Amino acid sequence: MITNFFEGIGAYALLMTKVFRRPDRWKLFYRALVKEIQLLGLDSIGIVVILSVFMGGVVTIQTAFQLSDDPLIPTYYIAMATRESITLEFSPTVVSLILAGKVGSNVASSLGTMRVSEQIDALEVMGVNSASFLILPKIVAQLIFNPILIIMSLFLGLWGGAMAGDLLGLVPFEESIMGYRLEFIPFENAFYALIKTVVFAFIIGSVSAYSGYTVKGGAVEVGVASTNAVVRSCLAIILANYLLTDLILTS
Amino acid sequence: MIQAKGIIKSFGENHVLKGVDVDFYPGKTNLIIGRSGSGKTVFLKTILGLFEPDDGSIHYGDEVLGEMSKQRRKTLRQEIGMVFQGGALFDSMSVAENIRFPLEMFSSMTEHEKDARVKFVMDRVRLEGADELFPSEISGGMQKRVSIARAISMNPNYLFCDEPNSGLDPETAIVIDQLIQEITHEFGMTTIVNTHDMNSVLEIGDHVVFMKEGYKVWEGTNDQVLGSTNADVEDYVFKSKLFKQVRTALRK
Repeated sequence: MITNFFEGIGAYALLMTKVFRRPDRWKLFYRALVKEIQLLGLDSIGIVVILSVFMGGVVTIQTAFQLSDDPLIPTYYIAMATRESITLEFSPTVVSLILAGKVGSNVASSLGTMRVSEQIDALEVMGVNSASFLILPKIVAQLIFNPILIIMSLFLGLWGGAMAGDLLGLVPFEESIMGYRLEFIPFENAFYALIKTVVFAFIIGSVSAYSGYTVKGGAVEVGVASTNAVVRSCLAIILANYLLTDLILTS
Repeated sequence: MIQAKGIIKSFGENHVLKGVDVDFYPGKTNLIIGRSGSGKTVFLKTILGLFEPDDGSIHYGDEVLGEMSKQRRKTLRQEIGMVFQGGALFDSMSVAENIRFPLEMFSSMTEHEKDARVKFVMDRVRLEGADELFPSEISGGMQKRVSIARAISMNPNYLFCDEPNSGLDPETAIVIDQLIQEITHEFGMTTIVNTHDMNSVLEIGDHVVFMKEGYKVWEGTNDQVLGSTNADVEDYVFKSKLFKQVRTALRK
């Protein structure tokens, strides 16, 4: 098992060296990039909106539940704690995990299907660097669009938290805004979230592409690859999250 | 001309090719036949360079495939057209886009020239009016024709076909076979067809190579197949009831 793990890491690294090559035709690369941004990015907006609004609401309710017993704590502190939770962890990490499920399975199954139906062989026979041609636009699309999704998620999460707090009478809307602005340091909060997002975007794109591109067999194996893509991406995100948190916040 | 000299290829303990020597001639449809598991597909992929032989060499004209630089190998691939067993058409592209793809990727043609070339090959394989259709919207026979059109769009010197008429009805299979032979003769390509269909052998086999258990055991023309005295060829060719009756008729 350990041998397989290290072999997998090696194969992944070798694949990435094939992926990050200059595209044969920039025109085709840009065309593929636009398609991928549509497929992997724009089509994910719906789920990010719903998830973020309700996640913000839940975090506010949970925080209020923990802090409301103490009359000495001002209510806007609930909003401040909500902001910290959403910007530092919930938006970048939870949304990335959800995207790993949605985008990762899509990438792995589309590449896996191309592999088993010999479409990738057809590209290779033509002399096309299939890894770069197929995978690079997916990774670049993720790197461009995931930060946009996460910024959107940050705003929507905070708005959802403020709305939930106001509707349930836990924190008035104005106090939520006050709490959100209290001691807000852009670098420590938003920038930290964006750094994590870029790393997670690379993980989602590359790990799921590796799972799909290396499929051998038929339809069953494509299904297995799709599941593996999600599991591997999620595990890699969680591990990277720990390392980045330690690296950025403690240094 | 393509020459395979002493090709040996194994996968672990599975020795698939055990020293194959064959010459494939330009302007002819060269057929590789044999039972499933005889090593036909591995041989074809080794000639294509998708597998590296453990021993032996592949010659494209005067050049040895294994000794070519990366750049030369890349340009050689643009001289090769390949028709895959399942078509291997790009699902996300229309028929015309599939055929146009190699031109977009490698040619320095103007848009107008590309349009003209796509129209020419589509007409040549009788695909008029199918431009906007997607692979999932066309029949198996049409998919094979699109695959052939894509393979010849760059005007290749070499055409490879892996079981091009598998899964097709006999009438469509003959149409595909004849199309392959016509374009081979017309453009003077070196065509190698991997098949186990005896109808194809008799229809278009300008040069037939019979493989068994990783060896080449016989070669000749389609006219010589039915009269071959090689026991393995006889056993393969006259397995079906129809061909047994043909043999009986021939002997009378």
